[in-house]
Amino acid sequence: MTEVLVADHAIEYTYTRSTGPIIGAFMTALRDGRIVGVRASDGRVLVPPAEYDPVTSEDLTEIVDVADEGVVTTWAWNDAPLAGQPLDRPFAWALVKLDGADTGLLAAVDAGSAGAMSTGMRVKARWADERVGSIRDIACFVLPEAGSAGKAVS
Amino acid sequence: MTEATTEASGDVSIVETPINLNFSYTPGVASSRFLRSIEQGRLMGQRCPKCGKVYMPPRGACSMCGVATDEEVTLSGKGTVCTFCVTRIPSPGLEAPYVSAWIRLDGADITSMFLVQECDPDDVRLGMRVEAVWVDDADREPNLGAVKYFRPTGEPDADYDTYKDYT
Repeated sequence: MTEVLVADHAIEYTYTRSTGPIIGAFMTALRDGRIVGVRASDGRVLVPPAEYDPVTSEDLTEIVDVADEGVVTTWAWNDAPLAGQPLDRPFAWALVKLDGADTGLLAAVDAGSAGAMSTGMRVKARWADERVGSIRDIACFVLPEAGSAGKAVS
Repeated sequence: MTEATTEASGDVSIVETPINLNFSYTPGVASSRFLRSIEQGRLMGQRCPKCGKVYMPPRGACSMCGVATDEEVTLSGKGTVCTFCVTRIPSPGLEAPYVSAWIRLDGADITSMFLVQECDPDDVRLGMRVEAVWVDDADREPNLGAVKYFRPTGEPDADYDTYKDYT
């Protein structure tokens, strides 16, 4: 009987990306505790902002403020979070259509249990304690009335 | 966690996005025996019972014949440079310039990549005879880091016919 070895391997690499004006504006707003989108040629507000119009392919330039709360349009329950995910306890992945936006932002909802989730429910951003200009500045979304409960993974 | 860099205006212009992949690697029976052999300071290959080719490192089967390889062969640790590359940009843990070479170990029928050191990179050539330099006994672990690098033996260059199929 031959002993079979096992080893932990890790592959790690870091991309350094220039944001450009549109994603840069989105990241800058997040650092300031605000969420912005961009207005498309058909009048819709896209959040997160796209650099080019999804219909005409033209450059998009009009940055639009939206609210940091909105409505869950669809969701899936994650019962076993992996390392590096937004929360270290079961949570929902959801598309959140923020007030003033016409598209959904993919985000974690710290709902406690799947039973607390429903399509159409309102949620509000919980901001990270320290904001650096990253999508992680939104720690997660929470039920509006539970805005101060729980603690997000920093 | 993503890091952001700001430009003079204070706007975010650069972001760093780390990617991490963590996994558990099981090398299997043949590679496990190979890794234990290099931990002991020995390069072990396996011979195909059908075509007779010796594979180092062994994978437990001959990819040409599709049969299991059971016979183990200990190789001397000497070999011949068949192809090489001088890299003039430093890599983590490696000062430039450094030489990576495909080396055909004596008795093996495939080449393996190792560093070639203890010589001027400009002196490395096809046919150069080299030998393994091992990490000290107490410090060897069951991974390819057990071989620090290969160095020239000083022997005359190998005859071209012995490595022409491996360049």
